[in-house]
Amino acid sequence: MVTANKEAIYNSAIEGDIVVTRLDAVINWIRANSIWPMPMGLACCGIELMAAGGARFDISRFGAEVMRFSPRQSDCMIVAGTVTYKMAPHIRRIYDQMASPKWVIAMGACASTGGMYRSYATMQGVDRILPVDVYISGCPPRPEAVLDALVKMQDKIGRERSGGRLFKEENKG
Amino acid sequence: MSAANTTATTSAAAGSAIIAALHESFSQIADKITPRASADHPAVNVPAADAVAVLTHLRDVRGYDMLADLTAIDWAEGASPRFTVVWHLLSTERAPGAYLRVAADCASDTEPEMPSVAAIWPVANWHERETFDMFGIVFTGHPDLRRILMWDGYPHYPLRKEFPLAGIEGELPDPEVAGETKTKVIPAPMAGGPFVASSGGELNLSEAEPRAKDESWNERTQKN
Repeated sequence: MVTANKEAIYNSAIEGDIVVTRLDAVINWIRANSIWPMPMGLACCGIELMAAGGARFDISRFGAEVMRFSPRQSDCMIVAGTVTYKMAPHIRRIYDQMASPKWVIAMGACASTGGMYRSYATMQGVDRILPVDVYISGCPPRPEAVLDALVKMQDKIGRERSGGRLFKEENKG
Repeated sequence: MSAANTTATTSAAAGSAIIAALHESFSQIADKITPRASADHPAVNVPAADAVAVLTHLRDVRGYDMLADLTAIDWAEGASPRFTVVWHLLSTERAPGAYLRVAADCASDTEPEMPSVAAIWPVANWHERETFDMFGIVFTGHPDLRRILMWDGYPHYPLRKEFPLAGIEGELPDPEVAGETKTKVIPAPMAGGPFVASSGGELNLSEAEPRAKDESWNERTQKN
């Protein structure tokens, strides 16, 4: 690395095998780069989510390629699609089964706000039942938007207190 | 003459032929089997009590072997008869496109009932569940008449005329989740949102859904 500020660089000759940092920074760095998404594919957004997981857009570049269809094995629910009132309690139950710390991405217009489904059957945004961390606009969003949301969520994870999500009741209800 | 007129003429001839055939086979209720106004395919009114017998006859003897659709009409509160069930029959044996619409009025306007044809056409099973779900028409003799789109315990029938498009406030299907999240089923008026198409002069506003254009209220502002 070429930089004028030589003092900012880790120098093993001076510091030996010890790196001084904050615990939060290390834990969050580990968490942010190893997200295990739970793909909650409910509508056409799920197709774009599959594209983001495929080789062309390649979500594994950001460390989130381990999609798990079991809530016990995942820590980031990606709600991709229309949330009907009939489906909403099941989504909440799956979320409740995920182990903390956990995050939620609302993907697309429907999951964020109900989208074009202004009707008796559709929940107007999944944030009525889940604490959403990142919203993605689009109908459906392109895979790049999913990756952008992932990077934004990594930033957000990096700014958290690492213990904050472990024991706190993070649900807004 | 135009193709449309020719089709209409052929359809009218086919319609009177099938009605004559039904009158012959069901002579005791012939006065209740009447032609039904239709812009395209032949259509016939039958009495609800004999609907299954007529439909079975049409399937087994007249060659209308396929139930293409099953739905209902709500003629709005105050109308009598209020509910009409419609069966769309298609023949795969007769001339191509031999299509027949059969309609029967429900006797009761408050608790509509209709005999089930699920035993004749298995496909009617889910169609009747949907019609029950949306209109509240009970299909007697149906093997498993549960709601198919809305959840069990939903108190309304959304395709009835008095039901507003925005919906009616109510409880979530799961009381435990409802208690935890303090969330309810809330009405969602269209309110000219980003997904509402502008009429642009092409849409006849007098025929458009008026409730969808009502921008006077939303979730934050109460309806007057």
